[in-house]
Amino acid sequence: MSKIIRVNLTKKEVKLEDVSKEYDGLGGRGFTSAVVAAEVNPLCHPLGEENKLVIAPGLLGGTNCPNSGRVSFGAKSPLTGGIKESNVGGTLGVRLAKLQIAGIIIEGKAKDGESYVLLVNKDGATLKPSNELKNELVYNAVEKLRAKYGEKVAIACIGPAGEAKMAAANISVTDIDGVPTRQAGRGGLGAVMGSKGIKAIVVDGTDAPGVNIKDKDSFNKAAKVFADTLKKDSISGEGLPLYGTAILINILNEAGALPTKNFSSGRFEEANNISGETMREIILKRKGNPTHPCSPGCIIDCSNVYKLEDGTEITGGFEYESIWALGANCGIGDLDIVARLNRLCDDIGLDTIEMGDTIGVAMEAGIISFGDGEGAINLLKEAEKGSPLGKIVGSGCTCLGKVYGIERVPQVKGQGMPAYDPRATKGTGVTYATSPMGADHTAGYVIAMEIAGCGGKVDPLDPKGKADLSKAFQVATAATDCTGLCLFVAFATLTNERANPAVVDMLNAMYGLKLTGDDVTKLGKKVLQTERDFNKRVGFTKAHDRLPLFMTKEKLPPHNTVFDVSNEDLDSVHED
Amino acid sequence: MKIELRFYATLIKYAEKNKIPQFSTVEIEEGTTIASLLNKFNIPEKDVHIIIINGRNADSKQVLQDGDRVALFPPVGGG
Repeated sequence: MSKIIRVNLTKKEVKLEDVSKEYDGLGGRGFTSAVVAAEVNPLCHPLGEENKLVIAPGLLGGTNCPNSGRVSFGAKSPLTGGIKESNVGGTLGVRLAKLQIAGIIIEGKAKDGESYVLLVNKDGATLKPSNELKNELVYNAVEKLRAKYGEKVAIACIGPAGEAKMAAANISVTDIDGVPTRQAGRGGLGAVMGSKGIKAIVVDGTDAPGVNIKDKDSFNKAAKVFADTLKKDSISGEGLPLYGTAILINILNEAGALPTKNFSSGRFEEANNISGETMREIILKRKGNPTHPCSPGCIIDCSNVYKLEDGTEITGGFEYESIWALGANCGIGDLDIVARLNRLCDDIGLDTIEMGDTIGVAMEAGIISFGDGEGAINLLKEAEKGSPLGKIVGSGCTCLGKVYGIERVPQVKGQGMPAYDPRATKGTGVTYATSPMGADHTAGYVIAMEIAGCGGKVDPLDPKGKADLSKAFQVATAATDCTGLCLFVAFATLTNERANPAVVDMLNAMYGLKLTGDDVTKLGKKVLQTERDFNKRVGFTKAHDRLPLFMTKEKLPPHNTVFDVSNEDLDSVHED
Repeated sequence: MKIELRFYATLIKYAEKNKIPQFSTVEIEEGTTIASLLNKFNIPEKDVHIIIINGRNADSKQVLQDGDRVALFPPVGGG
């Protein structure tokens, strides 16, 4: 029987609860968003006692369904002020699911200066004082926690940025090697964790009971079909394992949609130096690992281990988004410098996308110049120190843009944009504008069709029909985010007619349900409605579902195109 | 006339087989289509999933113009 762990940091109280009717049958983003919407005062301060940090594995988590290990973190976001869900791979989701924990709800607030580790195991959970870990960098903190609690534990940890409650702080999660390379990056959820006084969550899966599956035979049969569709897909079965997600650098550059030097061009002259192809060559030469699963049960293996020339293992999970953000967007074409920046972000506990946007705006402001790698490293070190400039950097691009009087800030709802210029990938622009999460590519990945030509080809520069496409992707993604499935299963589900029914079959076999594909779509719609409703109660209106005005006026080379999806189209995304 | 031919990801092997750099300027005849270009360099059409000419999606029937930037990709996705 699944349980909820409710932790109150004001009272230092930990309770095990049965899953109430209201939250029963919810997983991942469905669970976190439902709890935030039902229990968090939308007008609360994100760093106050009333906000809650909610953690939930997906509905298929802990099973032998491939790529089902993601875990969702949710809260009211310090970055956007709206509802936030950020999900991550690694080992945490699988461990929680196998312990039959439907969710962890962290509420209240410890006194300033107190620091705790939440230890979760088969007997429940306990709070352990952890003053010795205060302000420790993430990699060091994780090493100490593994030494203390065992090598096999899963850990979610924040860095000095989260402890200092910076609005771009992330939550790092350990991968299958126990290295904190996976980040629930977006929306500043690390700051919420820091505000509660939690430095880390340690999950010990020893003697976990495992998940209950009502009809194991049917489940295993469907899981096998699903695995087959992932392996046979040319993107998840070949491109991603070979080159990682950075395979996208060159194609976005060719398409003229790779945001360069603070979104001033869609092409970066040094793109190939930071591409997936170049990365693979470097990794093989230095005996790193170009093909690595981040999570138990992953069969896509798009993660990696990246070493510097002297053999130092500097970073892992070196992703397209991070490489674009800290590379092309800052005009930095040296992959080793980008790797150092990536490690600094992971160690300090800052979202790489938000930092790429922020450093880009800092370069626009003239604090340092475009292409200045050492300058970028120093800006992150200021954040680590917590100096006044560092705190501004750690608060994200919107904050830095305000402080320095910069108009060209690529953000929606206060969250920095990911690695696709919306003027040259207009469906993705619709997602940025209208997602309840702020500018977020994962919320509705129209790139699959606009760039990858997956599930049909559409012209990325054409504004027509993009609102409908974004809507369909946002709904499907919200449903996927409930299951614990990695978003990269979408390449198979978009193209192989056996993939989606296999997912529905697994849900039915596991929970004894009779869902259809339509029910899953309804689930996605419901999640979005719940999130939109919370944001409405915060005070968000249609006016917040817009891109910054400069993107509707300033032409993006090489196509010299502006964002021209009409406001009516944008508003149609959430009608009905 | 001349075009710029760019090979990416698993297709880089066809640049190697033709003993030309990954990014090459190549001489072609007027009226050459993508299909005939692929044929000229012994690149199986089924391996080329995405063709981008001057930043725009194209198909194998497109006729090439002088100075075109032609990028060839296998199936690519992620992010």
